[in-house]
Amino acid sequence: MLDNAKIPGFIGKKILRLISLLLVVSFISFMLVQYSPIDPVRAYLGEMAVSAEHKEKLEEYWGVNTPPQEKFLNWAGSLLKGDFGVSLIYRVPVTDVIKERFTASLALMASSWLISGILGFVLGIAAGMHKGTLFDRAIKTYCYILTATPTFWLALILLMIFSVQLGWFPIGLSVPIGVTAENVTFFDRIEHLILPALTLSILGVAQIAMFTREKLIEVMSSDYVLFAKARGEKGLDLVLRHGIRNVALPAITLQFLSFSELFGGTVLVEQVFSYQGIGLATVAAGLKSDVPLLLGIVLISAVFVFVGNLIADIIYEFIDPRIKQQESTI
Amino acid sequence: MSTAVVNVNRSLFRGLNLRQKTLLIIGFTSLLLLAIVVSSLFIDGESLSTDFGSKNLAPSLEHPFGTDWMGRDMLTRTLEGLGLSIVIGAFASLISAVLTIILGLLSSAGKTADSLVSWLVDLALSIPHLLLIILISIGLGGGAQGVIIGVALTHWTSLTRVVRAEIKQLKTQEYIHISRNLGKSKWWIATKHILPHLIPQILLGTILLFPHAILHEASVTFLGFGLSPHEPAIGIILSESMRYLSAGYWWLAFFPGLSLLIVVLAFDLIGENLGKLMDPKNAHE
Repeated sequence: MLDNAKIPGFIGKKILRLISLLLVVSFISFMLVQYSPIDPVRAYLGEMAVSAEHKEKLEEYWGVNTPPQEKFLNWAGSLLKGDFGVSLIYRVPVTDVIKERFTASLALMASSWLISGILGFVLGIAAGMHKGTLFDRAIKTYCYILTATPTFWLALILLMIFSVQLGWFPIGLSVPIGVTAENVTFFDRIEHLILPALTLSILGVAQIAMFTREKLIEVMSSDYVLFAKARGEKGLDLVLRHGIRNVALPAITLQFLSFSELFGGTVLVEQVFSYQGIGLATVAAGLKSDVPLLLGIVLISAVFVFVGNLIADIIYEFIDPRIKQQESTI
Repeated sequence: MSTAVVNVNRSLFRGLNLRQKTLLIIGFTSLLLLAIVVSSLFIDGESLSTDFGSKNLAPSLEHPFGTDWMGRDMLTRTLEGLGLSIVIGAFASLISAVLTIILGLLSSAGKTADSLVSWLVDLALSIPHLLLIILISIGLGGGAQGVIIGVALTHWTSLTRVVRAEIKQLKTQEYIHISRNLGKSKWWIATKHILPHLIPQILLGTILLFPHAILHEASVTFLGFGLSPHEPAIGIILSESMRYLSAGYWWLAFFPGLSLLIVVLAFDLIGENLGKLMDPKNAHE
């Protein structure tokens, strides 16, 4: 039941929270990048040799000689007007870079989020139903090993098997090389998406499967399930009627809380498959000291994580009144 | 006396009980990890010397992990990388544990302090973890120092949450109320009544931080923000291997990554089993 009186307060609280969060995050990350001992111009140039005159120009472009306070106020001031500044390495507005890259990554994250969520839930239910059997132990071991697997290593292994040895998928990039943007077909995009999404899906299964398994076992040992059994319900029917209903909401909540890890995984996977998404942009911005872009990505990712937590909170507060009750009794 | 000996012998032959099995697993995995660290310390520069006569060799008896494009033995490089990973993981976990203790005790000091701690936890969790490590690493100028501090400053959150919840629960206990009524100071209660309960939790939590710390260090190094390319880190080895993937040199990536997985799994095993030993609920099993 939706409690309508609660909604305005809830929204107000959340908006205040997001604003204060973004303020602090932007300040701290700006200071971290600003006071970094890494010389941004050097980092951008790498091994390239340039004349002193040219270097001076670059230093001005990077704003090396502007005092930090002034820089922060300038940046924060234009940020309030919705202007994130211009990316130093791509030489286009940061908002454009983020829009383009984030859309590409969103396809990757959304597909693997869905697949891992559904697969993990089904595996968890199956394992919990057959608690203690060989099947259960196999799934448990599988999840256990997955949580210890370095994301980028699994990506490398899949790349080696499917792209290098079998040749089923292209080796890198999110679109084919030498094809203009208009000519990239939907199929091309899908083809480049499969392996990165597969990597993230395989790894994402572990947490949700283990959680679902534990929860289901807990529910199945409850009194009302015992009562249902006494009424003669059994097998899959029993699990569907009494188990899944109780397990589904917490599992979905958990999946929404995993946005932070999802983002981290995407960064690693994109690096391996050179998938042109927000992850590659993050690494490039970080390595080449593209401060406006890096800060823009930090803020966007903070909003992204916030949205995940917010949805989980909404499920907590409004959809499942039971969780709220449980909390207040603890 | 003699019956005791017979009993021990019997149980050895008839299979161990859970406690002994658990201890055995802990002992064995700790030994494995210790062996890796020690052997990585004793590897001298010579065995890592470049030998262009034997470059890009597939795994064989002489080079179980194969060799890289400079003819260096991959097993030696991997061992050294793992040793480095474990040491960095240890540093990061220790710093995290210290931070947790400080923040935990702080949160027990009062309502304002407690909300400050929970605000800090929320703040640290508001940016994707990997991105936060990258930011801190950049802020500190990268390198080993950047990664260690970056990893250390971001892993205290989960443990702090656990400790905070534990403290909240402890504070409702009667003996603490009595202590307070007897006029003991907050500091006295925190160190004499609360801290002793937390130490096992924190010990276990620190060990369970290891795997995360090691994986994050490798990831950040892999992306190019961590250790410099001259260090023998697993992240470096794997990012180098990417250049040789299309040539079909699969062993450059496969074995180092697998070894890292095993090390991480070993820490997980130790942590889980220690947890089993320390949890009285499982004592009867």
